[in-house]
Amino acid sequence: MMSKRKQQRQLFYLVPYGAWLLLFVIAPLVLLLFQSLTTQDGHFTLANYAIYFGSGTYLLMTFNSVWYAFLITLITLVISYPMAYLLNQLKRKQFWLLLIILPTWINLLLKTYAFIGLLSKSGTVNNFLGLWGIVPQQLLFSNWSFLLVAAYIEIPFMILPIFNSLAEIDPRLAQASRDLGANKWQTLWRVTMPLSMSGVKAGIQAVFIPSLSLFMITRLIGGNRVITLGTAIEEHFLVTQNWRLGSTIGVILIVAMVITMILTRDRGRQSSRKRG
Amino acid sequence: MKKLLLGLVAILLVVGALFGTQQYLAAQTGSDTSSDKVLNLYNWGDYLDPDLMTKFTKETGYKISYETFDSNEAMYTKIKQGGTSYDLTVPSDYMIQKMKRENLLLPLDHSKLTGLKNYDPRFMNLSFDRNNKYSLPYFWGTLGIIYNDKYVNGKDIQHWDDLWSPKFKNQIMLVDSARDALAVALITQHKSVNDKSTADLAAAQAKLEAMMPNVKAVIADEIKMYMAQNEAGIAVTYSGEAAEAIDNNPHLHYVVPSEGSNLWFDNIVMPKTAKHKAAAYAFLNFMSEPKNAAQNAEYIGYATPNAKAKALLPKAVRNDRQFYPDDQTISRLQVYDDLGQVWTEKYNDAFLEFKMSHH
Amino acid sequence: MLGKIKWANIYLWFVFILLYLPIFFLIIYSFNAGDVMQGWSGFSWKHYGELFADTRIIEIVVNTFLIAILSSLLASVIGTAGALYIYNLKQPLAKNVLLSLNNVLLVSPDVIIGASFLILFTVLGFSLGFTSVLLSHIAFSIPIVVLMVLPRLQEMNQSLVASAKDLGANNWQMLSRVVLPVISPGILAGFFMAFTYSLDDFAVTFFVTGNGFSTLSVEVYSRARQGVSLEINALSAMMFIVSLLMVIAYYIISTRAAKNKKRGAQMMLAATEGL
Repeated sequence: MMSKRKQQRQLFYLVPYGAWLLLFVIAPLVLLLFQSLTTQDGHFTLANYAIYFGSGTYLLMTFNSVWYAFLITLITLVISYPMAYLLNQLKRKQFWLLLIILPTWINLLLKTYAFIGLLSKSGTVNNFLGLWGIVPQQLLFSNWSFLLVAAYIEIPFMILPIFNSLAEIDPRLAQASRDLGANKWQTLWRVTMPLSMSGVKAGIQAVFIPSLSLFMITRLIGGNRVITLGTAIEEHFLVTQNWRLGSTIGVILIVAMVITMILTRDRGRQSSRKRG
Repeated sequence: MKKLLLGLVAILLVVGALFGTQQYLAAQTGSDTSSDKVLNLYNWGDYLDPDLMTKFTKETGYKISYETFDSNEAMYTKIKQGGTSYDLTVPSDYMIQKMKRENLLLPLDHSKLTGLKNYDPRFMNLSFDRNNKYSLPYFWGTLGIIYNDKYVNGKDIQHWDDLWSPKFKNQIMLVDSARDALAVALITQHKSVNDKSTADLAAAQAKLEAMMPNVKAVIADEIKMYMAQNEAGIAVTYSGEAAEAIDNNPHLHYVVPSEGSNLWFDNIVMPKTAKHKAAAYAFLNFMSEPKNAAQNAEYIGYATPNAKAKALLPKAVRNDRQFYPDDQTISRLQVYDDLGQVWTEKYNDAFLEFKMSHH
Repeated sequence: MLGKIKWANIYLWFVFILLYLPIFFLIIYSFNAGDVMQGWSGFSWKHYGELFADTRIIEIVVNTFLIAILSSLLASVIGTAGALYIYNLKQPLAKNVLLSLNNVLLVSPDVIIGASFLILFTVLGFSLGFTSVLLSHIAFSIPIVVLMVLPRLQEMNQSLVASAKDLGANNWQMLSRVVLPVISPGILAGFFMAFTYSLDDFAVTFFVTGNGFSTLSVEVYSRARQGVSLEINALSAMMFIVSLLMVIAYYIISTRAAKNKKRGAQMMLAATEGL
């Protein structure tokens, strides 16, 4: 039984939040699904899905896109875990953590733009290599440059959740492990790492998902030589005007996301970070 | 709670201050689209001399809000979507035809146009807009090849087929435009750039995919900057882009292959959503004036369709066959037609699949 | 032991240098007398002069901040209401459904959010510009606030609520005197995260903007392709200095608070958690 007062209160909360849910969560999802299932004159069709699954190009692009997102996630994880671990051992660790967050406040397009200057043929990196007698290399517009810039952008978003999960571990646990005769590496491997898995999972989610849709980096740094799912959606919506096929890719991507979420499900607090 | 309230008040004060600044700046720059003394111009990036914008405001009192697009298709999307209210925009030939067909344009009232007689008759009354009912010429040009003589011998790159030469591995920057990229492939296969045959299009796509090992990047506006900075040896792009790059780097040259290419026209049109018609006509007349058109042509580097303006240009520019090709060359060039919805989509999809194809 | 610590320090320095290299690169070139990010032609302030003369870019910066503050403010209000609603729900099923729906936007890639909002605005016949961008930013910020506030509610002392009820507090008194003070660190953390998201967003804005309205990322994207002038570098430098000052101020305030009460450090963690 709900008291009248409580009902009033709940209604008061529900109106703004429910309006948001309906208008900006449910409606867009329904519209996306609707677009993907209709022809140009509004009849039901599965043709868009047939194009997607029937064309080797789209499947290959999807595979590549997932592969690149996986590589980006792996690179950031390998760099970020030791970083988060070491940061957590520092005095004034909150201060150093703020210094990790600080670069995320510089707009990501500005950072991408810096890499154009660094990596171009007559850019700083090549000039530096030139000092050692190395001829100018093609750095921009390569798969490597795309991976580098994407990983660079994502690193802070991997460090933060791992750091938070490490910070929540009771230091007495590590102490106890040491007292029981485990050495530093054993403690790290058997105690600290398993306890920080929730942070690792959150970090993977926070990096993997946006990595699928970094269309401005594929464009500016990859020179459109790497086409990801995000680029394909952007092209279909803003250039080729084929919203139906764009929506189809979108729906497939959402389904893939849901599967990823279920696989990396964390019983505790979930937090994730996304950017395009 | 007190702190929360205090924070709220502080935030609201900041919002107020920012809003005030925004209104002030909007009044300064003319981007306040609701104001009457404004012209909302939707144009290609870097396609109007900024000094002329200032001059226009001084002469007529209308401030120009200049927003840019980087492909005809992107421009069409925003206008078709309906959420915009641009007063003038500058599509190319085939896009004008398409927008006309879809009733996205307003007819121009010729009695309000003062500069019609300044235009070269060769650029008036063209197939995509008979009697210039909807559009006035802005610039025209060709599609061609820029090469850098530091990396490439000019003799090796005179024809479209040379782009497939194994010599040029990872050296070519290709313009990010479905029609243009496919036109190159179609021309090498002796097909029309307006071909509507599934087999021909598939063959053109396959041919383009074969070029992929040579393609370094598929980009648009940035080509001129990268070419000027010696980033690549070869680029496929438009004449005016080439002109600007050559200005900054004497090692660059522009070729229109003799077997044919695309001839294009960018005309100014008034979208259905235009709200400031008086400002729009003022701008059309302003840009028809030979002095202004010439200044703009010198700044942009594209060829002007304004005969009186061309006469004002330096002789070296006027007689530059790279950018003002002779009639014989022009006779071999093809103009894009609107392909209709279905075929436009097929071209776009073929190009996207080319970009997705693995390298 | 000493050797190990040194390796650790080298690694820390390495990652910090990596993180700051592109930013310092931008800043250094903002003082270049030349016009490109290649080759050094001497020291000059001229790009700062260009920046202050460019009213369009200043207007865009103001717009970007206006959108960020307004959207995170409104998202904080709506998100807090949402968290309270979800918290008060008794049925676990309804709660789970709502939480899942809440998280949809968090786990969707930005292109999809942008694309689906573009369809939405088109279907509604809504004009693209300031309002559509603001609404979109509010929309993708709300779930973040909910996720920041909800744990605070769950940690709330139930006996406090019960005794307030016994003392006959009405809805408004309950909210303002009991609930809000407890969850305010969560709201604050949500506000700052929403603010960061909004400042950093590119993809969603790129889809739903129009009519001359532009935010910083969209403007940089279109300028980066035409060979940007170094005034963008000058802008980056100024934004970096402001952010740095904010970080330092924040650190000083929170360590002072930590000296007085132990709560400061907690607040700090709240502001950074889940980012």
